[in-house]
Amino acid sequence: MSDNQQLLLVSSHAPFWHNMSSLTAKNYNIMLAALPAALFGVWQYGMPALGVISLSISCSMLWELLMNLIMKRDVSIGDGSAALIGLLLSMLLPAITPWWVVVVGTFVAIVVGKQIYGGVGGNPFNPVLVAFAILTLSWKGILDFDTALVNYDFGYCMIFPLGALKHFGAEAASNYDIHALFMGHQTGGIGSVFGLGLIIGGVYLMLRGYIRWEISLSYLLAVYLTETLFCLSAPGKYADPMFHILTGYTLIGAFFLATEDSSSPVNFIPMLLYGAGAGLLTILIRNIGAYADGTVLAILIMSVANPLMDKIRPAAIGREI
Amino acid sequence: MIRRPFFGFLKPKLKVLQIDKELQAIQDIPLPPRISLIVKNPRIRPENLDLSIGDDVKTGQKIILTARSDDYLISTATGTIAEISEITSYLGQTFTVISIDTRDDEEDEEFSESMQIPHNNTVRDFFNQLPGAPAFSSLLGFDPPINKIVVTGVDRDLLVATNQYVFNKEFDEVVNGIDILKDITSIGQIKIIASSDITHKHENGLDIVYLDPRYPDTLPKMIVTNVFKETVPQGKTPEDIGIGFVTAETVSCLTKAYREKRIPTDKIVTVIRQNGSILIAKARIGTHVGHILDTLGITVNTGDRVVLGGPMTGHAIHSLDIPISYGTDSIMVQKAEDIVPSSDTYCFNCGECIRICPVKIPVNMLIRLLENGFYEEAADQYDLLCCVECGLCSYVCMAHIPVFHYIMLGKHELAKTHNSSEETNVR
Repeated sequence: MSDNQQLLLVSSHAPFWHNMSSLTAKNYNIMLAALPAALFGVWQYGMPALGVISLSISCSMLWELLMNLIMKRDVSIGDGSAALIGLLLSMLLPAITPWWVVVVGTFVAIVVGKQIYGGVGGNPFNPVLVAFAILTLSWKGILDFDTALVNYDFGYCMIFPLGALKHFGAEAASNYDIHALFMGHQTGGIGSVFGLGLIIGGVYLMLRGYIRWEISLSYLLAVYLTETLFCLSAPGKYADPMFHILTGYTLIGAFFLATEDSSSPVNFIPMLLYGAGAGLLTILIRNIGAYADGTVLAILIMSVANPLMDKIRPAAIGREI
Repeated sequence: MIRRPFFGFLKPKLKVLQIDKELQAIQDIPLPPRISLIVKNPRIRPENLDLSIGDDVKTGQKIILTARSDDYLISTATGTIAEISEITSYLGQTFTVISIDTRDDEEDEEFSESMQIPHNNTVRDFFNQLPGAPAFSSLLGFDPPINKIVVTGVDRDLLVATNQYVFNKEFDEVVNGIDILKDITSIGQIKIIASSDITHKHENGLDIVYLDPRYPDTLPKMIVTNVFKETVPQGKTPEDIGIGFVTAETVSCLTKAYREKRIPTDKIVTVIRQNGSILIAKARIGTHVGHILDTLGITVNTGDRVVLGGPMTGHAIHSLDIPISYGTDSIMVQKAEDIVPSSDTYCFNCGECIRICPVKIPVNMLIRLLENGFYEEAADQYDLLCCVECGLCSYVCMAHIPVFHYIMLGKHELAKTHNSSEETNVR
């Protein structure tokens, strides 16, 4: 109709604005929040820890790239999701982890835990937890902190706190100073012992809205309350609730593992139930079960219930029932 | 563009634009050599029009479109019909477009003559396209009939200031128009919705509700929920439960029509420039978007996006030859580099959409069904038809999924299936 015919306009559906959030930003922020705890591990354990972290991140990205190529899909290593999985997995491992365990672990996380379900968003479980559970079941001795870290001595009790609790009872637990545990003076995974760092990271992520406070806080509260109930039922037989909060994978579980999007609920009440259920199971496994730390299995079990729990939701406004 | 707040656990504050007192004067867009009028009834095709190229029309003339129906169009300019064409619009709807080569205005007398006879069907006969959306005629002929009217002095979308402008500048016309509205519709209960931030608050016995102008509370269904404390059932409109909406601009035009004894032909349009600043312009209904932008000195380049409507609910257009119609409240121009593309990443369940949805739809589940074409299930189990069409789910989607697009497609497909099954039943 006129001279505007050369003009090519971009057309698309509303809305024409976006709040500029993205999966990439989210993943990089979570990695940033995990750094204080991970760097503490590197500072404490030195180059071996850095080696495990670097190998884990790079292997994860390579597995992701390989799967992208095999499955003929867009290359997705830029979104930070594979790197985050690698970082979190390495933070759970002891500093002295053989290289092939890291390679196998990242393979399980990326390929079995994530890519065979169709990539990001498809996984029913947190890939990190799947990988860690399989590694624990397959090579129990290698992932045992007391065996792996036998050559380290930092001048504090070098027995894995939860292991000590399991085998020697509540008395052993009372040998640990809560303040020292909080500052990371304990044996454990590279990035899972530094309570202060994990809490700083967790609070940062909750404030930025990248993880949901409902899940993290209900998890921690449930751990605390369940252990309090145990203590009340048989005084002296069980450890102090704060001991459980600050040892093992409780804090990294609360802020970095349970909050993984695809395996956790999105509605308010289900998020509280999910967190509380995982906290309850963690303490049940620690106090009654066969494993020293129950965080990983507890969160995996709650992820199974996630789709069902997420059906508890408010009725939409306008819905006729 | 309003970004995600740094403290992301908070909801974004989507404040509807406030126009200040110093807002520059309204920009008059001169009558262009050609205007195009859109026949907003998809059933009327060019071949069954009772018009032909070369026919002369006058400003304000009521053009009867077909012999068989009551549909009519008000010519907004004087001139000769130069072209009758079709445009494909939103969701594939095709509309007939009548283009008129304009010359100096000559006023048609039919409306002013009909004003001599007291009381008549003026609304039905002349006012189906008073400036302002929705169409004014939508207040009539509802079953059950409309019993409450809401006059909106705030705009629905962000950055749009048309009705705020009218409400502030033409307040007396709006008040007077409400009396006329009561008179011609015999609907007694008329509520005015205005922004709580307007500089001077008017009382004088009017039923005014001051609303904190936050999107999406400015959408009609949200006004019904928040102000009337009623709920629009899923798949229904506010009109279905007896609440009709007219804009302040429409009501003001009603006053002008009675005072000047001519049908208003100008539309006030908010023009949103590339940098997000706005201009208020007045143009003849039917003026092409290109002409308005040229007059205001706004250049559009290849790769940019031009939108009729606001940033949340507008419709992107593919050509600058699309005319503005009586319902076009704003024109938005976006630079190529400001366009955020959608992606085909899957939903990863972050839950941002759940938290922002004003009607609590489980968007994370809904999108999984919509992506796979399960529209019936989406409506039955995941509240597809409750959607108030605010677009916030797409706005906050971290995976950049075009959720709003999927929802509108789902609703459209569902309506199509239902219509065709009804037709089969009739046969």
